[in-house]
Amino acid sequence: MKRIYLAFIALLTFSVVAQAEVKIQEVTSPGGIKAWLVEEHSIPFASLEIRFKGGASLDPKGKRGAINLMVGLLEEGAADKNARQFAAATEGLAASFGFDVGDDAMSVSAQFLTENRDEAMALLRTALQEPRFDEDAIARVKAQVVSAIQSAVTDPDKISGRTFDRLAFGDHPYATSINGTLESVAALTRDDLFAAKDAVMARDRLYVGAVGDITPEELGKLLDDLLGGLPVVGAEMPQKAPYLLKGGMTVVPFDTPQSVVTFGLEGIERHDPDFFAAYVMNTILGGSGRQSRLMEEVREKRGLTYGVYTYLMPKDYAALYMGRVASANDRVAKAVQVIRDEWVKMAENGVTAEELEGAKTYLTGAYPLRFDGNGPIANILVGMQMDDLPIDYITTRNDKVNAVTLEDIKRVAKRLVRPDDLHFVVVGKPVGLESTE
Amino acid sequence: MRILGLALVALTLLIRPLWAQEISNFTLDNGLEVVVIEDHRAPVVVQMVWYRAGAADEKPGVSGIAHFLEHLLFKATDHMKAGELSDTVAANGGSDNAFTTWDYTAYYQRVAADRLDLMMTMESDRMRNLRLTKDDIATERDVILEERNMRIENNPDALFREQRYAAQYLNHPYGIPVIGWKHEMENLSLDDAMAFYRRYYAPNDAVLIVAGDVDPENVLALAKKHYGPLAPTEGLKPRHRPEEPPQLSERRMTYVDPRVSQPYVIRTYLAPERNAGDQKQAAALTMLSELLGGNGQTSVLGRKLQFETQKAIYTSAFYDGVSLDKTTFGLVIVPSEGVSLAEGEAALDKAVAEFIEEGVDAEQFARIKMQLKADLIYQRDDVQALANEYGAALTSGLTLEDVKAWPQVLQDVAPEDVLTAAKLLQDKRQAVTAWLTNPTAQDTAKTEVSQ
Repeated sequence: MKRIYLAFIALLTFSVVAQAEVKIQEVTSPGGIKAWLVEEHSIPFASLEIRFKGGASLDPKGKRGAINLMVGLLEEGAADKNARQFAAATEGLAASFGFDVGDDAMSVSAQFLTENRDEAMALLRTALQEPRFDEDAIARVKAQVVSAIQSAVTDPDKISGRTFDRLAFGDHPYATSINGTLESVAALTRDDLFAAKDAVMARDRLYVGAVGDITPEELGKLLDDLLGGLPVVGAEMPQKAPYLLKGGMTVVPFDTPQSVVTFGLEGIERHDPDFFAAYVMNTILGGSGRQSRLMEEVREKRGLTYGVYTYLMPKDYAALYMGRVASANDRVAKAVQVIRDEWVKMAENGVTAEELEGAKTYLTGAYPLRFDGNGPIANILVGMQMDDLPIDYITTRNDKVNAVTLEDIKRVAKRLVRPDDLHFVVVGKPVGLESTE
Repeated sequence: MRILGLALVALTLLIRPLWAQEISNFTLDNGLEVVVIEDHRAPVVVQMVWYRAGAADEKPGVSGIAHFLEHLLFKATDHMKAGELSDTVAANGGSDNAFTTWDYTAYYQRVAADRLDLMMTMESDRMRNLRLTKDDIATERDVILEERNMRIENNPDALFREQRYAAQYLNHPYGIPVIGWKHEMENLSLDDAMAFYRRYYAPNDAVLIVAGDVDPENVLALAKKHYGPLAPTEGLKPRHRPEEPPQLSERRMTYVDPRVSQPYVIRTYLAPERNAGDQKQAAALTMLSELLGGNGQTSVLGRKLQFETQKAIYTSAFYDGVSLDKTTFGLVIVPSEGVSLAEGEAALDKAVAEFIEEGVDAEQFARIKMQLKADLIYQRDDVQALANEYGAALTSGLTLEDVKAWPQVLQDVAPEDVLTAAKLLQDKRQAVTAWLTNPTAQDTAKTEVSQ
């Protein structure tokens, strides 16, 4: 039954991919700001995704948390409006503005109606170019950040992820939380926030994607108004992060019924010639869905977990290959053993032809389904630019997946799936697991 | 602020009348309801089957069986091997999953539109033809126990929520967690699962929703072909669960867990839900929750507790009217450093009392209505969310007409209606006030000293 389905499907996949092509235009504003645009006029609104490379890793030494706090304050008052007036104005326009930051990028996500686009963008412009950073707002947002810092201390998920980062990245910003510490956040001043803003929100690291009810001409003018006044040059970009972690195990004792495990090792960069082979290989080993080997062995056959997965994490200044699992304290040792066994099996034998075909039909079929809505497409457009991919990438991407061979997988598995380098961080009271060294 | 108010009036008038997405519906001879939501922007379809059966329909002693059965529906049927449905969806580049609540259990696949026939072949097969083995039960029961470990046992907020709901409902099964009590989950059996399956998994207990790039006539033909031959469950009546007696006594509780970093207070009141043809009170409560705690910066609680005073670092109000039986209205305060839970709760009470005294701010009210109108534009970009809205409503006692009428019912709410609805918050006999804290926090320490 299943075989028949598979054969029948392969024929149809290509037509679907072709239909899902989205027409991307490169727009350059009169002021020289570049953006990628997909026009979609059937619904009277647009989504705009703006990103600045560098993100929270541009925090100056000793001021960890400055960029995160600054980003949290962008919606807390700008130009002639205090925090509450700014929020009321946003509500009155039925627009939404989201500000976020991670290790490698800061993002501004906007959604606004066509009928009041000019007012919405004028309001957003004040947040990006004239934030107030009022002292009362700083105190309020600091209190929220402090609460998040304290909560992370008793959250087994956060403990396991952050322990791995701390052990892997030494004194690079990747080693610590973007929230900063209680001490570093307490010491941040209003001046630090203005400095943090100019460090990260500059035009030399700016990427824009727009999707929806807007023309190239309208977008060009909008971009100049919105972003033209930002500094031309920002802070110096971070250094490459060292990877310091050896294979082994770190147990962090924590009184909770289920152990949470983060595992990983050094991975592969986005522009590595073997990236696609690694991507397909990971789909088979531990990628999303119930179909991976790890889900089959750890969950379906043995009931050791609700979920286990692995993922490639090519960051801008380091590349990781990571995984997660959670299992009751008295069963987690078994789960870890099964994962190790699968790791060895993949390193030694690679994958079967059937598995490779299954992963390809899944990945090539799933790709067009990602383009579902203005916001998600705007995210993809920005991501492609930040990864330095060509504007026609969408039409060639599935060919790259289909070109991966059994030999490619074997080569990349040897290189990437190194059982001896795998490090596990286990948070809980695991029975039968102990820290190495 | 004043100028803003004027601008707002102009904008409200500019909003064009909205054309809803094309929605069609049919009912097959065996009782299956079919809803088709068209969206032709991308060649994608979502098929969802919603059963009018959830955790609140379980018999006493087998809590978690509705959710356990949801997991087991991915095992073998007369025509498919265990896991084959998901494997096939994945091989078609699609994604699939399922979810269970107190009122419904739903299954879905999202896939290229030309695979709908295949999806219906498989989904209709597992509606009546599940073939479970003893091994399936043992292994999958371990999986749901690990799921409970992950979602509940490892998470003090979730343990706290279970205890609160148990206190809120004196008699109705909403007081029992959807995933089940651990000691009952450990004993769930094949017979328990099959009894629930045979009764509720039937065309006359299900709603099929197909959303995306499809033609309604074609969907109807496919539905007839695949679901039409399935036999209904005879004698299936509308659900009547045990009802709440009058709630005469205020409940207060404290849950102490060393894994809590941020103590907070939450209070829920037993509240009416949206009913077919009668959604006005629920609409007023929806507006009340938006006014009180919808947006942290502009809401009444945010203004009074985070801006005019610094009693809280976070406040919220919540209400979801989509529920077969009585639902809850909730208030939350996360006190600032140095503010005890007792002080936080008192400040929350004071803010609510002041709101009832001061009445509804006309500008805030107009802004919320403007946003609700705009949501009708934004939601057209997300057909799966729309499918979810219809599925949840139709399996929670509402009709298609109720769903279509809801935006206008919300627009018709007057400030007086909100204040009438707010009387609910003055009767703590129907409320549970709950503190979440840790052994070293101020309030706990104080209690110990005074004892």
